[in-house]
Amino acid sequence: MEYAVLPKSALGSFVDALRQYGKVIAPVAKSERHFAFEEVTDARDIALKYIPTILPPKKYFMPQYETLAEYDIREGQKLYPVVEVEHIVLFGVHTCDLAGIQCLDVVFSDRPKDLNYLVRRGYVTIIGLECNEYCDQYASCGLMGTFLPQGGYDLFFTDLGDYFFVHVGTQRGEDIVANFSLFQRAESRHFWDLQLLRAKKAEIFRPEVPVDRFLLPRMFQEGFEAKVWEDVGNRCLSCANCTNVCPTCYCFDVKDVMNLDLRTGKRIRVWDSCQNEPFAKIASGESFRAERSDRKRHRFNRKFSYPVKRYNRFFCTGCGRCSRVCMAKIDLKETIAQLARETGYLKV
Amino acid sequence: MEKIRISHTGYEVREARILRVTRLTESDKLFELALVGGEILDFEPGQFVEVSLVGIGEAPISLSSSPTQRKSFELCVRAVGRLTHALHRLEPGDVVGIRGPFGVGFPITKLIGHDLLLVAGGIGLAPLRSLIKYILDNRRDFGRVHVLFGCRDPQNLLFQDEIEEWQRRMDVGFQCTVDRADPDWKGNVGLVTSLIPGIDINPEETFAVMVGPPVMYRFVIAELLKKGIPESQIVLSLERHMKCGLGKCGHCQIHDIYCCQDGPVFFYERIKNLKGAI
Repeated sequence: MEYAVLPKSALGSFVDALRQYGKVIAPVAKSERHFAFEEVTDARDIALKYIPTILPPKKYFMPQYETLAEYDIREGQKLYPVVEVEHIVLFGVHTCDLAGIQCLDVVFSDRPKDLNYLVRRGYVTIIGLECNEYCDQYASCGLMGTFLPQGGYDLFFTDLGDYFFVHVGTQRGEDIVANFSLFQRAESRHFWDLQLLRAKKAEIFRPEVPVDRFLLPRMFQEGFEAKVWEDVGNRCLSCANCTNVCPTCYCFDVKDVMNLDLRTGKRIRVWDSCQNEPFAKIASGESFRAERSDRKRHRFNRKFSYPVKRYNRFFCTGCGRCSRVCMAKIDLKETIAQLARETGYLKV
Repeated sequence: MEKIRISHTGYEVREARILRVTRLTESDKLFELALVGGEILDFEPGQFVEVSLVGIGEAPISLSSSPTQRKSFELCVRAVGRLTHALHRLEPGDVVGIRGPFGVGFPITKLIGHDLLLVAGGIGLAPLRSLIKYILDNRRDFGRVHVLFGCRDPQNLLFQDEIEEWQRRMDVGFQCTVDRADPDWKGNVGLVTSLIPGIDINPEETFAVMVGPPVMYRFVIAELLKKGIPESQIVLSLERHMKCGLGKCGHCQIHDIYCCQDGPVFFYERIKNLKGAI
């Protein structure tokens, strides 16, 4: 069954049934404007309407602290590589975050493959959830074209009133549907409902900045010396909020942590940020991105230019988190618009 | 959270035993190592390894010996950070972890049959020594060879014994200069760039290979181009902090390039338009 429907009244028992596949994680309201992916035991705790969570689901694929290897100094310099895994089901992942997970998949599957990521990845089941409405003024999924599902899920849910329309993306998704009796085969009226929603969405989700998405890499290359970088550099506080909340920022540091017994310990990786000054510093003390403007420009290029060249994919999903959390109110859409104005790429 | 032990994730290390430690300057030591178990470290000049000490961490260090020396390898280490200071406290018989080798080394197959102009600045001599020794061990594969070395002051001169030997050799033109001399110094004084105009080379036939700080590259490249060496025959090694060595962690990234995997050795043509590369 490629397309199915699930009555909304069955959501509670469906979430209970999902627990056989692992810990169920879903968006939960923390305040009116703040949501977080957390373990849920009761479907009523799930926020079916939510704006992007504080942290993206990245934290389940690439934890803030992750053990890469363990050691015991009594065994000399021997290191034992480990992968920490847990069966989880991510329920309610929006299309922007699905795109983010796809970006991480591409990076960590690129040779040399990252087994810590890839092995853990196999333990995660992903159930997407469509945004019927536009979330807030910070998002740019219209520009990035990420407001519709483009794969990267086992199942994808669309809320169509009293039922969910479900697209099955993988064999694992197929099994979940087959093992839960309340799914029904989608009929033509369900497809009509979906089409109606998508047509309505096509009117709401428009490019937030009048630029051609496919010209963005060229615009960023040509705008390398643009004044906008100096402007955002002057405002940036180098707090690294933007990289922490970004669904596609994956830079990390590798370091050793000794256990309290002072004999055993682990080599871990932790999230790091190109926005921190020491990030590109070398032993001689030279820093290759010493200025905040250099670092801001680097981050933007790592979303709109460099990965397009390397992986043929934008690493901005339009989720808007970086703009939402910026203490200096540096806005991604405004930055792109200013760059587009300076380089002549703004459509008039 | 379940833990799975797997043998190869890219973060596993091989143990290597220190055979010999030689002090080169106040802050530089040369370590000769061999993999425990007799395995040979398969590397090329210009590549690097991650040196690991459990509880302290890792640091990327260039291979300083030539792969023609099969049974052991050498690392020239300046004590600047946590790991390198800890390394300096180690003695023959002690064991370290080694990950790698990583990266793209000097393009030896392209250099074969050509004249060479090798330029090193400061600790840049450490990785370049690997190539110099390789060339000397395969001397007939190459045309005329010039080596220029610039150093801050005579106290910081690395590999003094070998420099004296290279200076004596008839099949290598070796010149050395210091930025600041002391009363005992009898050699050249000035930047390494000042040596370039005086050397006699056939620019079309010559590949220039250099390792040093970015500021040296900017000036040396200008001199090389003035000398008539084509851009496509200029090779350099870029220093960055390679933390993972696997093209992931982002620390060594220059534009869309990961220095640890795509470099550290590049043709000048490849990086000349990347702002911030040199």
